[in-house]
Formats: sequence, C-alpha cells, structure tokens
Amino acid sequence: MLEIENLHASVDGTDILKGLNLSVKAGEVHAIMGPNGSGKSTLGHVLAGRPGYTVTAGSVNFLGQDLLALETEERARLGLFLAFQYPVEIPGVSNMEFMKAAVDAQREQRGEKPVDAVTFMKSARETCKAVDLDPGFLKRGVNEGFSGGEKKRNELLQMMMLQPRLGILDETDSGLDIDALQVVARGVNSMRSPERAFVMVTHYQRLLDFIEPDFVHVLAGGRIVRSGDKSLALELEARGYAWLEDEVA
Amino acid sequence: MSQEHIDQAISREYAAGFVSAIESDTLPPGLDEDVIRFISARKNEPDWLLEWRLEAYRGWQQMTEPKWAHVHYPPIDLNEVSYYSSPKSMQDGPKSLDEVDPELLAMYEKLGIPLHEQEMLAGVAVDAVFDSVSVATTFRGKLAEAGVIFCPISEAVHSHPELVRKYIGSVVPRRDNYYAALNSAVFSDGSFVYIPKGVRCPMELSTYFRINEAKTGQFERTLIIAEEGSHVSYLEGCTAPMRDENQLHAAVVELVALDGAQIKYSTVQNWYPGDAQGKGGIYNFVTKRGVAHRDAKISWTQVETGSAVTWKYPSCILRGDNSVGEFYSVALTNNFQQADTGTKMIHLGKNTRSTIISKGISAGQSSNAYRGLVRMSPKATGARNYTQCDSLLIGDRCAAHTFPYIESRNPSAVVEHEATTSKVSDDQLYLCQQRGLDAEKAVSMIVNGFCKEVFKELPMEFAVEAGKLLEVSLEGSVG
Repeated sequence: MLEIENLHASVDGTDILKGLNLSVKAGEVHAIMGPNGSGKSTLGHVLAGRPGYTVTAGSVNFLGQDLLALETEERARLGLFLAFQYPVEIPGVSNMEFMKAAVDAQREQRGEKPVDAVTFMKSARETCKAVDLDPGFLKRGVNEGFSGGEKKRNELLQMMMLQPRLGILDETDSGLDIDALQVVARGVNSMRSPERAFVMVTHYQRLLDFIEPDFVHVLAGGRIVRSGDKSLALELEARGYAWLEDEVA
Repeated sequence: MSQEHIDQAISREYAAGFVSAIESDTLPPGLDEDVIRFISARKNEPDWLLEWRLEAYRGWQQMTEPKWAHVHYPPIDLNEVSYYSSPKSMQDGPKSLDEVDPELLAMYEKLGIPLHEQEMLAGVAVDAVFDSVSVATTFRGKLAEAGVIFCPISEAVHSHPELVRKYIGSVVPRRDNYYAALNSAVFSDGSFVYIPKGVRCPMELSTYFRINEAKTGQFERTLIIAEEGSHVSYLEGCTAPMRDENQLHAAVVELVALDGAQIKYSTVQNWYPGDAQGKGGIYNFVTKRGVAHRDAKISWTQVETGSAVTWKYPSCILRGDNSVGEFYSVALTNNFQQADTGTKMIHLGKNTRSTIISKGISAGQSSNAYRGLVRMSPKATGARNYTQCDSLLIGDRCAAHTFPYIESRNPSAVVEHEATTSKVSDDQLYLCQQRGLDAEKAVSMIVNGFCKEVFKELPMEFAVEAGKLLEVSLEGSVG
C-alpha cells in the first residue's frame, strides 16, 4: 500500500529525514517511535503534503501512485488521512459542514454524488457516540473552543467519517487521560480491516497496549534504525533510546 | 497556501460582466441646470420637485468632494458623466411584464432573477432599475391588497405626491454631503415603498439595480416609509457590466420608521470591481440613512463584494425612545479594490440600543477600512451600543483598517467596542486540504465561517447567494 524509499526531506532548509525506508501493507498497523526531534511528525506531514516540507530525494508510492507528485488534497482524496497532533480551529465553520465537504470531495473524486444530508447527519451522530463526543459538537465550529482531548477525539471522528485507506496518527495519544486513550484505541481498532493500514507516531508504549501493532520502528536521526515486533516497544520502554542512538553512531 | 495559489483564487472573472445590446436614449455627458430641467421634464415632474432639484444643484455647486475616506482614486470629471439613460423601448413605459423588452428580460434571467419565475414563486416582489428607469415591478396586485405601495419613485411622485413631498430629503437633506446633493439634483429613478399603519408586508420586497450604458452614472433614490407598527423587509441587489472606464454610482436611500415600525434593509452589492490590474470598476458613493421613531427598529445588512471604490455608511438616527438600530456588514475587497465603509449610530432618544457587527475581508492588494461613529447625545439616557469589528486578511499584500469614533455625552450610556484582526492561516488551509478540500474551497469555507454572524441576518435565499458571491469574489485569492 505504502512504499517509502530513501526519503530525504527538509524543513526551512534543515534536513530532517535522511534516507528513510518503510513498507506498509494493507491490513497492517505500524508504530513509529523515537526520541524527540527524530523526524516522526515530519514523516506524517511529508506524506500528507504539508506546504514548506520539501522532499529532496527518494520516492513514495501509495496505492500504485507516485504520492509525491500529488497535491495535498489529491493525496487526501486518495484515502490518506493524517490525524493532527495540534488540530487548528476554524471559527464559524461547523464540524458537520466541514466533514460533509470533506466526504463529498472524496466522493466527487470517485465520480459519486454528494452524500445525502440526512443520511450523513445520522451517521455523524452515531459516530459521535462511538468517540464519546456529544452530538452538539457537530454544530460547533471546527475545534472552536474544544479542549485538548476533545480535539483529539474530533480528529478520530473525522477519520471514522472519511474511512481512509491509510490513517496516520500523529501523537494522537499525547495529552489524553486513560479513559480517552481507550476511546481512541477502540475507534482505531474498530476500523482495522484487511483493506486499511495505520501508521501511529507515538512516544509511549501504553498506546500499544490498546492498539496492538504488527510492527514497531524506531526513528532516529531521520532514518529508521531498528524494526521489530511489539516486544521492541517494551524494550524501548525499559531501556530508552540512547543505546540505539549509540549503535547508529 | 502559497501566494501563487492566492493569486489564482482571486483572479476569477466577473460573472455578471456582460453588456446588453439594448438601444438606449442617453443624455450627452455634462451637468448644468438645463440637464436637470431635461430630467425633470422627461419625467413630467411637478414644479416643486424641479425646484427641489435645482436647489440641491445650487447647494452642490458650493460643495467639494469629501477627501477624508481611506481611498485613493483619480479626480472624477463629473462633466464626463451622462446623467440620464433610458432603454429606448421603455419610453412609453411598460404596462405589464408582457410589454417589457424581451432582451431585458433575457438579461435578468442571465443574472438569475427571472421575473416570470419570480411571479410564480411568490415571495419576492422585484422592482428592477436598469440604468435609470424602473423596468417592471412585480407583485403589485398582491401588495396593493395589503395597502402596500411599491413602485418606482418617479411614479410615486405622480400617484402619491403628498407622501413623496413630505418625506423626500427628510432623512438625508438635499445638502447633506457632496454626493447626496448631486443625487438630489439628478436622481433618475429608484424605488418607493409605503407600508400602512399596522401592516406586516406580506412578502420580501426587492430591487435589482444594473448599470448597463457606458459612461452613465446611476443616481437612484430610494424612499421607504413604514407607518406606525408596520413591518417591512427590503433587499437590493446590484451588478454592472465590465468596462475599462470607471463608472459612478451615487445613490441615496432614506428610511423612515415611525413609532413601533420595523424596517430591515439588506443589500447584496456586486458592482463590477475592476479587473485584476485595478482598471475600471464602479465608484460606489452612497448615502443611506434611516430615522427610527419611538420603539422603532431599523436593521441594515450589507454584503459588499463589488465596486472599485466604496464609500458607504448606512446609518441610523435613533430619534425615538427605545428605538433600535442594527448594522451587519460583510465587506470583501480583492485585487485593487478599496472600501471605506461602516455606519453611524446616532442615539438621541432614551434607552436606545444599537448593535454593529462588521466583518471585513481583504485579499489581493486591496484595502478595506471600517469607519464607524457611535454618538450618545446628552438626552440618550440609558442608551447602549455594542460594536464588534473583525478583519480577516488573505495573503500578505492587502490591508485592513479600523476607524471607530465614539462620542458619549451622557454618563449613563454604555458603549462597547471589540475588534480583532486575523489571517487565514496556512495551518487552517493545510487542515482543509488534508481533508480533501482544494485551496479555493477551503478559503471560501473559512471566509464564510468568518461571516456567519452576518449571513444569518440575511433573508434565507439571499444568504445562500451571498455565500456563493463570496466564493466567486475570492477566486484567485488563494495560494
């Protein structure tokens, strides 16, 4: 589904990713861990096509297409979803309106008609329940005045409504209490399917207790320096990252 | 988004910029007393009105163009302007829609206001002013049943001279300001509305203005009188064809809300704004003012997206105790457009209240200024005002200015003013694009969200239109 080869990328002239390789197949869940400043969030933004993030070398193939040749919105319509670490507010634009516009943009791409408003509203209300958000949030401006935890659940809500092929979660677990973490995990687990893959960027092993990854990768110095299964995360929890960084050096 | 995207999104072409090939009868450019006599004679006006016009003209000759607004444009030679243009086939005046020039009707359909359809849709009665003459007024029969008078002001001069004579110039005096004086001297047509005591007007009233002829000015004059306890909602829309030269539009609107009456006046202004290089476009110099008597309410809602230069301050004189004034405004400027717009709330009566919500959006290299006056007179005991003034910038070459004037001469009066300036942020656009929306759609959605408080004041069908208009006006503004 996603093939990243020798990816180099820079932000404001600083090289962040330095030859990253990663292969994600449909149905898999990958966890990306690593020390602060190793390029974990940059990876998500480079894949999503954030302006100002420049790819200097390498290739990314997503669902058979050259991902890097596509515009940000084209990548999204193809089924790439990034759950933001710090979602911004869009005052006055209701969550409902925003999500419907997003879903309709995807449908248009596939040559389908816009989703019927009543059907959409019904499904959005149900999804709200699944992520433990009051349906009143649908009428509020996108993230407007939401608490940190509500913003994260709102990201999950959008992901569940959009049903992407690849979900990238950028530290969706940070700042969440244990109950909210379980809500997020339940949401992601309910979406796991042979057709869909997830890449989860996280600092903490505890998320992986709830969403069991197929692979764990350690990103350090802009490259993946170690890959393994779930046990690698436990080892990191016990030993930290320093020993790996030493090995790489 | 990048500057390039912004430029693309702002640069969409003006959709209403077609010229209609209708033969017209246009007065040669220039202004003197003979021109005024010609206009007056053409309309078969009574002597008092001719005198009224001439008096305004003499006053105007002693006045100078106002220069205090935050706008810049080359001097206007008012002798280059033609002060009267009437479609030729209209000379005898249409008796019904059937007699209206089919080309005219086709043009209105192009603009999306099919009169025939509107007749059937029942809900909006339209008085369409084409250059200087009212073309057709729909729904007159139904309105007449309710006792409502809705007709071209040129007609009201003959059919209801006592009302016109009593109220014309009563809110905006002939010598009020340079452009109002000019309008008083040369006004060609406009709408007249009279709502009898206690009557709730059974439908939205609407006027559609269009400047078609080259080198003509449009000087329409609207007078709305709402008798005690009556209600009326009125909407005006405006467009003009694309032309290289600048055209002048100097209108006057007067509202009279007698005791307990309510007038809601909405404007969707989409005059030609000039091209992406700032060439051409309408100079929109308009005086709009209403007087609210005891317990009366006047509400102005405006969505201003057109014109090269806008100079416009729809105002309320809150004369009667407990009267209410409201001003809800969205003003969008793009490319090289300039707007200096706002309101005046003059609190004279006790316990008068006013609300001002202004949303200014600047894109391209445009300049957008809010200018507002809140005056609490010594007798305005217990008066209150709330002003919220928000500016949104798109790109980094545009400007937003806020000029609030507050004069309080009554210690019990309360005036609140809040102002914010924000930018459509790259992060907001990125979030939208990551969800699959293209940059243009994203900007229009963000801008619409920003304007929501004002749009909800518009009549439903026009709120939708206003949203679309913003979308079109912002084309090319995204990068």
